Amino acid sequence: MDILTLARLQFSLTIMFHYIYPPISIGLGVAIVIMETMYLLTKDPLYHQMTRFWVKIFGLVFAIGVATGIVMEFEFGTNWATYSRYVGDVFGSALAAEGVFAFFLESGFLAILLFGWDKVSKFTHWLSALLVCLGAHFSAIWIVVANSWMQTPAGFHIVGSGLHARAEITDFWAMVFNPSSMQRLSHVILGAWMTGAFLVLSVSAYYLLKKEHISFAKASLKIGLFLAFVATLGQMETGRISAEGVARHQPSKLAAMEGHYAAHAPADIYLAGLVDEKNEETKGLKIKGLLSYLVDNDFNAPLVGLKVYKKEDRPPVALTFQMYHAMLAIGGVLLGLVIIGMWLFLKRKLFDCQWYLKILVPAVILPQLANQTGWITAEVGRQPWIVYGLLRTSDALSKAVGAHAVLTSLVLFTVVYIFLFVLFIFLLDQKIKQGPEHLAQDTLTQRA
Amino acid sequence: MDLHFIWFILIGVLLSGYAILDGFDLGVGALHLFAKGDDQRRLMLNAIGPVWDGNEVWLVTGGGAIFAAFPDVYATLASGFYLAVILLLFSLIFRAVAIEFRSKRPDALWRRSWDVVFALASILAAFLFGVAIGNLIWGIPLGTDKEFQGTFLGLLHPYALLTGVLVVSACMMHGSIYMAMKIEGSFHETVRIWVKNTIIFFMVMYGIVSLMTMWLAPHMIASFKIHPLLCVIPLAQLLIIANIPQQIRCKKDFGAFLSSSAALVLFIFLFGFGIFPNMVISNPHLENSLTIYNASSSLKTLQIMLVIALMGMPLVLAYTVSIYWIFRGKVKLDPHSY
Repeated sequence: MDILTLARLQFSLTIMFHYIYPPISIGLGVAIVIMETMYLLTKDPLYHQMTRFWVKIFGLVFAIGVATGIVMEFEFGTNWATYSRYVGDVFGSALAAEGVFAFFLESGFLAILLFGWDKVSKFTHWLSALLVCLGAHFSAIWIVVANSWMQTPAGFHIVGSGLHARAEITDFWAMVFNPSSMQRLSHVILGAWMTGAFLVLSVSAYYLLKKEHISFAKASLKIGLFLAFVATLGQMETGRISAEGVARHQPSKLAAMEGHYAAHAPADIYLAGLVDEKNEETKGLKIKGLLSYLVDNDFNAPLVGLKVYKKEDRPPVALTFQMYHAMLAIGGVLLGLVIIGMWLFLKRKLFDCQWYLKILVPAVILPQLANQTGWITAEVGRQPWIVYGLLRTSDALSKAVGAHAVLTSLVLFTVVYIFLFVLFIFLLDQKIKQGPEHLAQDTLTQRA
Repeated sequence: MDLHFIWFILIGVLLSGYAILDGFDLGVGALHLFAKGDDQRRLMLNAIGPVWDGNEVWLVTGGGAIFAAFPDVYATLASGFYLAVILLLFSLIFRAVAIEFRSKRPDALWRRSWDVVFALASILAAFLFGVAIGNLIWGIPLGTDKEFQGTFLGLLHPYALLTGVLVVSACMMHGSIYMAMKIEGSFHETVRIWVKNTIIFFMVMYGIVSLMTMWLAPHMIASFKIHPLLCVIPLAQLLIIANIPQQIRCKKDFGAFLSSSAALVLFIFLFGFGIFPNMVISNPHLENSLTIYNASSSLKTLQIMLVIALMGMPLVLAYTVSIYWIFRGKVKLDPHSY
C-alpha cells in the first residue's frame, strides 16, 4: 500500500475510535447536569444516586476520550506535516483555543465532579458538573469550527506560491463563522446528545428488564427519553440545514451523497440504491426530482452533477452515497424509537412495555453508527481535498515520513485500540452490572 | 518587543507549566514500583488522581500553541521525530488507562500488571521528552525545505540519551517531593528517603549533562559571553537545587516543592536562552535552522493568539489554583479513590 492510503487509514482509525467517546461525554454531560439540577431542586437522594452512578460512567468514558484525543492533536504534525505548514496559521488557532477554553475547564472541574463529593458544597459540585458539560461543548465548538474551515474555507488568503504557499488568516471571525460551521456544529452536538441519551436509555431499560434498581432505572429512563426526544427531533432540522449548506458550498459532495452524475439535470433522492462508479450511474428506489425540490423549491431545477468534475476531482461516490444513506436510515429508526417511547410514556405504559425496553438495550449502538457514518460522509465526501478546493489530500502528507514508519504505527494503533476497546467494554459492563451504589445512611436519614 | 519574541516566551511559559505540573505526576509514576503494597500504591495514584489529567492539558495546549504560532516547528518536529512521537503518545495512552483501570478490579494480578504499565509508561514519557530536548540542543539535520533529513536511530545519540535520563531523574526528584507533601505517617518516612536518593541521582545527571553541554554544545553557552550578567541564572539554579535537601530536613516540603519547580523553570529558561533565536537548530547546515521568524505564523495570527492567551490564561490559572486548593492537604483513601 502507498503512504497516502496508509496515512489516511491511520487517521480514520484513530479519529473514528476517538469519536466513540466524546459524543458520550457531551450527551451524558447534559444528562448529568439535568440529574444534579433535579437533586439540587428536590433534594431527593434518588437524583443523588443517579448523578453518582452516571458520573462514574462519565469518568471511564472521559479517560479514554482524553487518551485517544491527545493522539489527534499531534497526528496533524506527524502524518500531515505539509498540511500543518499550509494551514497552521488558520487551523492552529482554533486548536489552541480548544486547549485554552475547553480542555482546562473540562479536566479541571472533572476532578471535583469525580473526587469532590465530600470536599465541596452541593452547589459547587453542581456548578462543576455544569462547567464540565460546558467544557465538553466548547471543545466541540472549536474542533467543528476547525473542521468546517476545511470544508468551507473562509477568512484567509493564500500567501506565496509553490512550495512556500500557505493560507494566512485575514478575518478571524469569518474563519470561525465560516459558511458551514454553525450548521455542522448544531448537527454534531445534537448527535452527541442522542448518543449520551441512548446510553442512559439502554442501561435503564436493562435494569427494568432485569427488575433491578427499579426506581433508579425509571427516573433515568425518563430523563434519557426526554433528552433523546428533544435531540432527535432537533436533529432532523439540523440535518436538513446541513444538507442545504452542502448543496450551496460543496456541490461535488452533495452530488456524491445522492449519486447524482448527470452534469446539469434535476436530481433525485434515493431511499436506497447502488452506485456504479464505472458506468457512472446510480440505481435504486428513488423519488424523482426531490433533491432539486429541497435545494431550489423546484422538482425540475438542474443541479450540478459529478460529470461536471474531472474524474480526479470527484470524491469516492459509492462510499459517500452508502454512508450518507446509512446515516439517514439510522436517523429514521431513531426518530421512530423516540416517538414510540414518548407515546408509551404519555400512555403510562413505558416501564412495562417489554418489547420496547428490549429494543432500547441494543439501540445504544445506533447513534454511534449514525455519528460514524455521518462523519465518513462529511470527510470522504470532501475528497480529493483536505481543504476543499485548496489543497489536495495527496499533497498534504509529511515529506519526512516513509511508508514503513506509517505502517508500523498503523499496526500498533490497531492492536492497542482493539485492546483498549475490549477493556472499555469489559469495565463498562462490570460497572453497569454492579449498578448504582445503595443510598448511603446519611442520605437516607436526610430523606427521613 | 516583537510578537515573535512574545510567543517564544509564551510557549516557554506553557512548557514550564507542563514541566512543573506533569513533571511531578510523571515522577510519581516513575517511582510507583518502589511503593510496596496495595495501600501505598493507591496513595501514590490518589495523590495525583484529581490533577494528572489537567496537568496533561498543558502539553495539549502547548502543542496547539506551537502549531498555531510556529506551524513549521510543529510540522518539522512531529514528522521528523515520527516514531518517537508515536511512542510518546502510546506511553501517555497507557499511563492514562493504567491510572483509570487499576482500581476497577480487586485481584492482585490485574493491579500489579497496571502498576508495571503505569511505571514504565511514565518513565518512557519522561525519557522521550528528555531525548527530544537533547536533540534540540544538539541540533538535527534539516534541509532547505525545513524538513527533517535524519533517521530515528540518529536521534538516539549518547548526548540525547543522557538528557533523557536527566529528565527522568528531574521528574523523580520533583515527584518524590510532591509525594512528601501529600503523604503522612510511616510512608512519609519512606518518601523522604526517596527524596534524598532522587536528589543525588538528579545532581549526578545534572553535573554530567552540564559538563557535556559546555564541552560538546558550546553554542548553548555562547550567549553568556554577550550577556555575562546572566551567569547569575545558572548559579541561582544551583543554589536553589542545593537548598532542597535543607528544606526537606526542616520539614518544609512545600518550600522544597517550590524550589524544585523553580529549578525546572530555570532549566527551560536556560534551554530557551541557549537556542534563541532558533527554535530548531539544524546540525549540520546551521543556516537551515528554524527561527522564531522564519517558522512563525503571520503577525495577524500571532496577534489573535495573544488575545486568546490574554483572555484564556487568567481563567486557566484560576481553575488550576482552585483545583489544587480544593484538593490540598494530605491524601486519604475514601470510596471515590482509585
